[in-house]
Amino acid sequence: MSALVPALRRLPVHRLRGSNNEGVLVLCIIVLSLVVGFSDSSFWSLPTLLNIGSASLENVVFAMAVLIIIVSGGIDVSFMAIGIFAGYGVIVMTNHTGFGASSAWVGFLLAAGIGILLGTLNAAAIAALRLPTLIVTLGTQSIIRGVLLAYVGAKVIPNYPHGLDKLSTNYLVTAHGSGGDTRLNILILPAVLICVAVSLLLRYTTLGRGIYAIGGDPESARRAGFPVFGTQVFIYVFAGLLAGIAGMMHVTQVQLANPYELVGGELDVIAAVVIGGASIFGGRGSVSGTVLGVVLIALIKNSLILLGVPGTWQRATVGLLLLVGVSAQALSVRSRRQHVDVLAEAPA
Amino acid sequence: MTEEQPLLVAGSLSKSFGGVAALDNVTLEVRPGEVHCLVGENGSGKSTLIKVISGVETPDSGTITMDGQAFARLTPRQAISLGIEVIYQDFSLFPNLSVAENIAVATYVAGGQRTVRPRDLRRSAAEVVARIGVHLDLDARVEELTVADRQLTAICRALARDARVIFMDEPTTALTWREVQALFRVVQSLKESGVALVFVSHKLDEVLRVSDRITVLRNGAVTVTGDVSQFDRPAIVKAMTGMVLTDTSPADSVRSDHAPLLEVEHLGLRGLFEDVSFAVRPGEVLGVTGLLGSGRTEIAEALFGVAPADHGSVRVDGKQVRLHSVRDAIAAGIGYVPGDRLTQGVFLDQAISVNVIAGSLDRLVGRLNLLRRGKAQRMVDDAASELRIRMSSASAPVRSLSGGNQQRVVLAKWLARDPRVLILNSPTVGVDVGSKSEILDMLRAKGREGMAIVVISDDVPELVAVCHRVLVVRRGRISDELAGERLNEQAILKELAA
Repeated sequence: MSALVPALRRLPVHRLRGSNNEGVLVLCIIVLSLVVGFSDSSFWSLPTLLNIGSASLENVVFAMAVLIIIVSGGIDVSFMAIGIFAGYGVIVMTNHTGFGASSAWVGFLLAAGIGILLGTLNAAAIAALRLPTLIVTLGTQSIIRGVLLAYVGAKVIPNYPHGLDKLSTNYLVTAHGSGGDTRLNILILPAVLICVAVSLLLRYTTLGRGIYAIGGDPESARRAGFPVFGTQVFIYVFAGLLAGIAGMMHVTQVQLANPYELVGGELDVIAAVVIGGASIFGGRGSVSGTVLGVVLIALIKNSLILLGVPGTWQRATVGLLLLVGVSAQALSVRSRRQHVDVLAEAPA
Repeated sequence: MTEEQPLLVAGSLSKSFGGVAALDNVTLEVRPGEVHCLVGENGSGKSTLIKVISGVETPDSGTITMDGQAFARLTPRQAISLGIEVIYQDFSLFPNLSVAENIAVATYVAGGQRTVRPRDLRRSAAEVVARIGVHLDLDARVEELTVADRQLTAICRALARDARVIFMDEPTTALTWREVQALFRVVQSLKESGVALVFVSHKLDEVLRVSDRITVLRNGAVTVTGDVSQFDRPAIVKAMTGMVLTDTSPADSVRSDHAPLLEVEHLGLRGLFEDVSFAVRPGEVLGVTGLLGSGRTEIAEALFGVAPADHGSVRVDGKQVRLHSVRDAIAAGIGYVPGDRLTQGVFLDQAISVNVIAGSLDRLVGRLNLLRRGKAQRMVDDAASELRIRMSSASAPVRSLSGGNQQRVVLAKWLARDPRVLILNSPTVGVDVGSKSEILDMLRAKGREGMAIVVISDDVPELVAVCHRVLVVRRGRISDELAGERLNEQAILKELAA
C-alpha cells in the first residue's frame, strides 16, 4: 500500500488531474467550448474571449479574497457589499469633494482603504471575538449595504470623475464585429497581477502556509507556533482590500455607479472558488483552480445566453454547479478513505 | 547511565484548580537517552504535569530545570526552544498538508522566517526522516497516512525542532502490534542519539518492556519512582491504584449443553475477509484478534450490519438472520460496542442519561410515542449502579467523564437493550487499570447470565483474562483457534507475529 500511493502519484494521468482538479476543469472548459461552438460557430471568436475576460476580471479578484478565507476554514458573504460600498462610495466622494478627481490611481487607493476598514470590521468580530464567519459576514453584509443605501446614496450615478472616466474607456483589446465592438478593459492586467501575487503569497510565504495550516487544524496551528490571531486579522483585512479593489474595477467597467449592484451575486464567486477545488472545510484550494473556476462560470453564463437559455436559468445553473463541485469534493474524500483490500494487500 | 546528570528536572511542582490539587509536590527527573514511563490512572495528574512542563499551564510552585537552568514557569515557545516537545494523542498535525511540510514548517515559524521554499522544506524533512531510519512518503498528505505513519511524522517534527525530551501521550494505543515494534525500534535509535523520551501509557506490559525508569502518579502525587528492574506488573498496579488487582481467568460459564447463540458460516465480504465461520454458545466469551488491517474490525462491522457481508450466513439462536443494516442487527438481538468510542460510541456533548437511553428509546415510549420519563430514569439509575459509573450527575455531558467511565456509558447503552449477542471492539483501549478490571468483571458477569460475547482486541493479557477461546484473523481469514492449554499470552503473540 505504502509503495502503491507514490507510484500512482507519479502516473501522468494523476498529475494532469492536478492537486485541486485543475485538469478536470480545463477539460470541462474545452468540452464546453467545443459543444457550444458546434451549435453556434460565432462562439469561436475573439469577441467571446473578450466577453469572458471582461466578465471574469472583477470576479477573479473577488474570488481571490474568497479563496484566502475559504482556505483558512472560513466563509465570507460580505465581500460584494464591501466591493460596491467601496466602488460607489469613491464615485460619490470624488464627485462631491473633487479630491483626486483627475487620477484613477487615487480612486483605487481610496477604494482599497475603504475595503481595509470594512475588512477590519469582519476581522474584529471573527478573530477577536471568535464568532462563526458565516453569521458575522451575513451581519456585516447587511450593515454595510444598509449604511451605503441610507447614508452614502441610493441613486444611480452616470457621471464619473475625470480620471476614472478615462480609465473606463481604456481598452487593452478591441474586436470589431458586425453587431458592434467588443472590448477588454486594461484592468485585466492588474487583475492578473493580483492573482499572481496571491498565488505567491499562498505558496511561498510563512504567512500563506499559515493560512493553510489554520484551515487544516487551528489548534495544531497554535501549538506549532503560527500566530493564529494575527493571521486571521490579516486574512479578513486583506480580503476587504481585495474586495474594495474588485468593487472599484466593477464600477469603472460598467461606467454607471449603481449601489444596488453586486450584492446578491456572491454565489457566482463562491461557486467558482469551490469548483476550483477549494475545500469548504478549509485547508485546501489554489489560485490556478480558482481562476479556472471563475472562467468556467463566465463561460457557462455566456454560452447559456448564446444558446438562447432564459437568463432566469443562469442562477439555477450556477447553483447546480456549486452542488456538483461540493459533491465532487465529498466523493473524492470518500474514495481516498476507501477500505484497503485486506485479502490482497495485508502485510505478510 | 544511572548516575548521569539529569536533563530535565521538574522539581516539587504543585498546581491546583479551584482548590483541588492536581499536582502535589511532584518531582520528575528525566535523564538524557532514557525512556521514562509516567503511569497513573485517569485523573492522577499525568496530563497536568505534562502541561506544566510544556508551558501550557503555570505551576503554583516549584521549578522546571532544563540543563541546569531553572525556571519558575515556561511559555509554550520557551519550552519548545529548550527542546521540550509533547506529542499528543491527536498528534497535532495538519491533515491537509504534506508530510514534508508538517515536519519542517514549524521550524520556519519558530525561526521567524517569512518565506518558504518548498524544496528546502522537503530537504530538511528528508534529513530528519533519514536520521531515524524510517520510510515516509514525504509528498503524501498526512490525511492519507496510517496512524503509525502519522505518529512517525509527529516524531520527526519534534526532532526537526531539535527536541531533547519528547513526551508521548499513549503512544501505542492506536497502533497494531507490528507497528508498536517498529515504534520501539525508532525509540531505540532516539535513545542512542541522547534524546530522552517520556511515555505516558496504560499498557503495563509495554511499559515494562521498553522503559528504563518508571514514575507512578496517584491523586496528583508521586507514589514511587525507580529503575524498571525494581518493578513487576502487580507492583505497578498497586502503586497506581493502591489496591492489588489480579487478572483472573475467564468465568466457568459456557453452557456447552446449549445450542450456539451465534452461528456464523462462510461469511465473506469481497476484498476484506472470506470464509469466516465460528459459533458462540451462551455464556461463552470468544476473543477475535489480529493485526490492525487484518479484517478483524470488518468482520465485527459485518455482523452489526455496518458494512454487510456479501456472502455466507448468520444464525442467532438457531434462526437465520439478515444483517443488511444496523437496524437488522439490533432486531436480531446483536449489540456492538465500537472501537472508536469518541466518534462512534457516544454523543460526547450530550448528558450521560441521554446516552444511556439512546439505544433503547423504542422500549421507553408509551402512547403517542412519548418518552416515559420515570421508566427512562430507572434505566439510567440501574445502569449507573450496575456499571458503577462515577459521575456528578446524570445530566452532566459524557465529555466530562474519564475514559473508563465514558466506556461504561457506551456499555450501559447496549446492556440496556439486553442483547443476546454482544460484540465489543477494543473495549478497554484508553481505559485506566481500575476501570479495565471492572469492565472485564462485568463481561464475565454478563457471560454468566447467558449472553454470548465476542471481544475483538489486540490487548493480549485482556484476551487471556476474559476469553474462553480466541480466533486469530490474518489477511481476512481465520488462521487459528486457541483454546484450553494453548490459550496463553505467548501463543497469541506468536500467532500475531507469524
